[in-house]
Amino acid sequence: MNNRFDDKVVLITGGGSGLGQSAALQVAKEGAKLVLVDLNEASLEETKQKVLEVAPNAEVLLITANVADEKAVENYVNQTVKTFGKIDSFFNNAGIEGKQNLTEDFGIEEFQKVVNVNLNGVFYGLKYVLKVMKEQGYGSVVNTASVGGIRGVGNQSGYAASKHGVVGLTRNSGIEYGQYGVSVKAIAPGAIMTPMVEGSLKQMDPDNWEEVGKQFVQPNPMKRFGKPEEVGYLAAFLLSDQANFINATVIPIDGGQSYKY
Amino acid sequence: MKKLQNKVAVITGGASGIGAATARLFVSEGAKVVLVDLNEEKGKSFEAELKALNAEALFIKANITSEQDVADLFKQTVEAFGKVDIVFNNAGIGRVQPSHELEYSEWRNTVNVDLDGVFLVAREAIREMLKTGGGTIVNTASMYGWVGSPGSAAYNAAKGGVINLTRSLALEYAEQNIRINALCPGFIDTPIIPEESKQVLSAATPMKRLGKTEEMAKAVLFMASDDSSFMTGNALTVDGGYTAQ
Repeated sequence: MNNRFDDKVVLITGGGSGLGQSAALQVAKEGAKLVLVDLNEASLEETKQKVLEVAPNAEVLLITANVADEKAVENYVNQTVKTFGKIDSFFNNAGIEGKQNLTEDFGIEEFQKVVNVNLNGVFYGLKYVLKVMKEQGYGSVVNTASVGGIRGVGNQSGYAASKHGVVGLTRNSGIEYGQYGVSVKAIAPGAIMTPMVEGSLKQMDPDNWEEVGKQFVQPNPMKRFGKPEEVGYLAAFLLSDQANFINATVIPIDGGQSYKY
Repeated sequence: MKKLQNKVAVITGGASGIGAATARLFVSEGAKVVLVDLNEEKGKSFEAELKALNAEALFIKANITSEQDVADLFKQTVEAFGKVDIVFNNAGIGRVQPSHELEYSEWRNTVNVDLDGVFLVAREAIREMLKTGGGTIVNTASMYGWVGSPGSAAYNAAKGGVINLTRSLALEYAEQNIRINALCPGFIDTPIIPEESKQVLSAATPMKRLGKTEEMAKAVLFMASDDSSFMTGNALTVDGGYTAQ
């Protein structure tokens, strides 16, 4: 079972860092051809270097794009098909956290910015990729939701709304496209030590964020942060043929946190 | 690299269906398997089949509703293989019958196997895993642990119970390195489903087909292996989208 991704084309948004980068490394180790999309061009190069360290023969296409821009999404999907001829698996993962604030202070612009990336961006990705997969008659999509998409977290109006929205899109599209052999699922990561979560802790206390992090995971049943590679294993499983019958559902990866209250 | 090299896995309901498919996959990933079942004939022949593949397999006849049987089967497992790393807590029963015609004894029997039995196996597994420093348990619930259906009150109640038993045990033993998750299958192509029902149940599923036992096995492998090291308390639904409708 080492090479679940031999000859498979895997498209990953937010591939420059965090969960997208971890998933890229995992599927590349198992033979995938990669298309990595990110807003940050330098981060894409960094992921590519890491990919080539673990999979020297991997074919990697980098596309700098803003997932909140529908035309840019159409373009990255077209580029993928043009280059590799198909899309086996799509990790629809790019997202941002937004500035933390009470609802009354969250700000309309900030709300729209977060929703534009996390929800609209995921929808655009589904719109263009599912069309391709429907014609193929196969494919697996994994959307990145969050524990903040199934629970209340606080101070994250935009993030909560958009990630709950991702869960809804997942169920809706899964129901629609299952009949074409295409499955759509979401992962709901909890406290995973990614650059985004590090940034979030620094918002809480810039000088003492590591200590804040330790306190932050005290309520977690496993008493630790998850590692990005642990999410990479889950994403790889769900993106592979092993998980075809898993459809229209949300899979938390959170050390048990969302089952606690 | 095999995912379960040198791991010892106990599989209840291991002689047929999802249990047997999981045993086959576990063996191919390097595990030693203990097949627990009430059906001695099927269990022994499956044990022989796996041994013929050079796998280490042991059949134990046991009734999971008997505390003594459950204690004994873990004792025999440890005697044979030295430890217990993985338990696929999968044995269950169910049949369709209008609830107003359901004898209390039938209710008791269903809940006894599907919920009490799962608890007894999990409890004994946890006792062993506390000695060795950890392990993983996968309980078989059902998508009918999430949603209702007519004529299966006892089964559905028990399976809903398995989901929350899974969460509760997971939280209790997370710090002891014992991960506990559940599998919630949808309509799966096994002999339990009559031929004449298969088309209706496929049509009712968004993927327009039944699930395969091998697909359940792959989900169990994921949850039983280190690939899911940050996941506990999870009830993984593998139903082609049925319960999202």
